Amino acid sequence: MSILVNKSSRVIVQGFTGKEGTFHAEQCIAYGTNIVGGVTPGKGGQTHLGKPVFHTVKEAVKATKADTSLILVPPAFAADAVMEAAASGIKVIVCITEGIPTRDVIIAKKFTDNHNVTLIGPNCPGIITADEAKVGIMPGFVFKKGTIGLISKSGTLTYEMANQVVLAGLGITTAIGIGGDPIIGTTIIDLLKLFEKDQETKAIVIIGEIGGDMEIQAAEYIKGNITKPVVAFIAGSTAPKGKRMGHAGAIIAGSKGTAQEKKDALAKAGVTVVDSPANVGVKVRDVFNK
Amino acid sequence: MNIHEYQAKQIFAKYGVPIPKGKMVEKAEDAKDAAREIGGNIWVVKAQIHAGGRGKGGGVKLARSIDEVEKYASDIIGMTLVTHQTGPAGKLVKKAYIEGGIDIKKELYLGMVLDRAKELPVMMASTEGGVEIEKVAAETPERIIKVEIDPLTGFQGYHARELAFGLNLTKEQIKEFGKFAKALYKVYTLNDASLVEINPLVLTADDKFIALDAKMGFDDNALFRHPDISEMRDFDEEDPAEIEANNYGLSYVKLDGNVGCMVNGAGLAMSTMDIIKLEGGEPANFLDVGGKASASTVAKGFEIILKDSNVKAILVNIFGGIVRCDRIANGILEATETIKVEVPIVVRLDGTNAKEAIEIIGNSSLTNIISATDLGDAARKVVKAVKGV
Repeated sequence: MSILVNKSSRVIVQGFTGKEGTFHAEQCIAYGTNIVGGVTPGKGGQTHLGKPVFHTVKEAVKATKADTSLILVPPAFAADAVMEAAASGIKVIVCITEGIPTRDVIIAKKFTDNHNVTLIGPNCPGIITADEAKVGIMPGFVFKKGTIGLISKSGTLTYEMANQVVLAGLGITTAIGIGGDPIIGTTIIDLLKLFEKDQETKAIVIIGEIGGDMEIQAAEYIKGNITKPVVAFIAGSTAPKGKRMGHAGAIIAGSKGTAQEKKDALAKAGVTVVDSPANVGVKVRDVFNK
Repeated sequence: MNIHEYQAKQIFAKYGVPIPKGKMVEKAEDAKDAAREIGGNIWVVKAQIHAGGRGKGGGVKLARSIDEVEKYASDIIGMTLVTHQTGPAGKLVKKAYIEGGIDIKKELYLGMVLDRAKELPVMMASTEGGVEIEKVAAETPERIIKVEIDPLTGFQGYHARELAFGLNLTKEQIKEFGKFAKALYKVYTLNDASLVEINPLVLTADDKFIALDAKMGFDDNALFRHPDISEMRDFDEEDPAEIEANNYGLSYVKLDGNVGCMVNGAGLAMSTMDIIKLEGGEPANFLDVGGKASASTVAKGFEIILKDSNVKAILVNIFGGIVRCDRIANGILEATETIKVEVPIVVRLDGTNAKEAIEIIGNSSLTNIISATDLGDAARKVVKAVKGV
């Protein structure tokens, strides 16, 4: 058990033959992900990294029975790629691309919702189920197998936290980078629901950051619905107001979206909130051993 | 990206959102001609800076003669305007906007912004025009009417009606308002704006609506498809170090502390600032060198951090994923050959090839480089280095 992806996931890569697509597809294959092919319009019929290339996602799904797609196409074409995947029968879409216009993401998300498809991202490192499948760009070796589910808005901070969990003697079931954009396909609540049901996952770690109110909504949800222990860290306590901190979504608007407001809401919901980003692994172990 | 009021009004005019007659001047001696061209017998001279609260700071003046227009323009151009949004240092005014006076019956508020929780743009209206909208939202939220607009179906009649009835407009006014709001929706959506704000929206004595002020911000991710808007960027309004960092694909925000930091990834960069503070230091900046950190980005990072003379020590925090730490370690050493770094540098490298990287750092002859094992250790060491204990 795990969530969203596992060793039987049949994965295609959109933007397969590009520089990014090639590099990360190779890494995913090396990790053991079941990559069944890829899509690059205009290059259908070719073979790349030993896998078939298709012009369209529809052809790829027909030929390979793919159910998952990893999107590594430039921002101007990424929303289109997401909608193509959803329209072609893909069930889990992971969009890594950073820099997609918000208006395009709003439309693409409505489309994936209408097609009952899970969209992870955009602007995210992807999903990894330890020892089974990596559908993303994270360094696989950090995510040792274990019993902790990890949900994060960030990239390298996700690796940092997974590493701390492993150093504390625990490991990861599935880790999901949900993305740092203002609008993202899958929210913290969506994933909490999946982790709550997953029998292998014994505790959940949330790595949030300033901007928006997704962590506050998650806190509301946790109160009545999550029985597993939850540990959270919120990045950006020292971030100034009104300044975008790297991620398009990491901005404190007026007095809304501060780290303190989120920490307070989570603590009130019974979540173990960790102040220092260096202590997350240790706190997870403490909570786990209780 | 943000733009000036006069630029936002140029965009408004293009989409049929009514604005007063106006002209931007960069020299006070052009002010008289501008006022004559606008006509009438009353004018407003407004400082053009991106920050709000200009009126209270003395950046907006009512002129009752052509001579007064020139006088106020010469007062305003070249002044350092301090408002609640500029910070105590204020902002040098380089441009003034001269506008014809308007016969005001009522001041309202109208704006559009992305509602992240609802995942849709919302249009907001309020009877409390001319007041800071955040204050209205906090004190009398019932006086703000909001409608969500689905970009797939666009702005509909009911959106306009809900807002207009909420503003207690008359039947005649409602028709005018509907046209105005629909044009404003076009301004927002067709330009990929992140914010459009008219405060105040004025109802004139003859029941017309007119945008007395105009504020616009844009989705940076969409600027590639709006070259006309990209051209409106005013570099004087931005921090030069932030612009330079941007040109090299780095994301930098200057802060007030003395511990410089260079990190890969935005989330880790924010966390690094947070832990410096928790250990008793003050971060001097946010700097994300991105997923593809290399010797040249690291060198650029040092250069940008060291432009801030407050910086007394630097923390380099890299979690190598796809990026190999040994490469970063060599990059740091290379960078210190080209850029003279005299302050202590605490280096924490973890992840891919971290062991090799730590050896490389350890074997270097540089005495101001201090190696750290983890995030907590790094923060403690850099704070200690700053305090010189």
